[in-house]
Amino acid sequence: MSMKATIRQVDSVMVVDISGRITLGEGCAQLRELIRDQLTKGNKRVLLNLADVTYIDSSGIGELVSAYTAVSNQGGQLKLLKLTKKVHDLLQITKLYTVFDIHDDEAKAISSFQKP
Amino acid sequence: MTSEPSVVEVTLESDLKNLEVAEEIVRRVAGTAGFSEESEHQIEMAVHESMINAIWHGNKNDASKRVWLRFETYKDRLEIRIRDQGIGFNIDDVPDPCSGDNLLKVSGRGIFLIRTFMDEFHVKRLPGSGTEVTLVKRIDPAQQPK
Repeated sequence: MSMKATIRQVDSVMVVDISGRITLGEGCAQLRELIRDQLTKGNKRVLLNLADVTYIDSSGIGELVSAYTAVSNQGGQLKLLKLTKKVHDLLQITKLYTVFDIHDDEAKAISSFQKP
Repeated sequence: MTSEPSVVEVTLESDLKNLEVAEEIVRRVAGTAGFSEESEHQIEMAVHESMINAIWHGNKNDASKRVWLRFETYKDRLEIRIRDQGIGFNIDDVPDPCSGDNLLKVSGRGIFLIRTFMDEFHVKRLPGSGTEVTLVKRIDPAQQPK
């Protein structure tokens, strides 16, 4: 199953619901394009909902890092929501768990973003 | 360990589409070997990352080249060999992706994950014919099928 992403706006935050595989190739390219597109539109508050991500590989983790730095470099914020156990464990192992702001509750995640 | 292993061997085209083929084989082999679901996922990821290294870095994404996989299931362990037609790499040259300067790098976590998830990881250069990596995961006797 390839990656699917749908975007919805909640307050000033773009919530991206991602499902499927974030892996080398199509999944990573799609995520990269999506982030680039949001930044081009001036949307600098991004919440990636990973609840339905079934598989992520080292390239997918790299793509999350790339998205995080791209948004941060533009003065924005990128946060993660609802990690599966597999993704949670991978971020722990790679020591990225402390880099990302990670939430389990969407409403609390939304309210944690700095207001524009 | 003297008993003969159960062997599954396959040669795949050097194409990223074959990652899922390799993962399916891993699930079947690891599933019957008696690994826990978590160990099965770890093996699957280790093979996935090794396949990427073989296709992308070893064979330079050249579809005319091949990746060879061999799974040997012993009573106490699963040994997986993955061979490509590339020039290989030195394991000591692979930087630690968790160290400060590397933490926010986009790439460089594949080998680290393989080493984390498997009990053994070896790289062997095969002069004139490619590179072979060996992944070993020991089977917890408590998890073995009755």
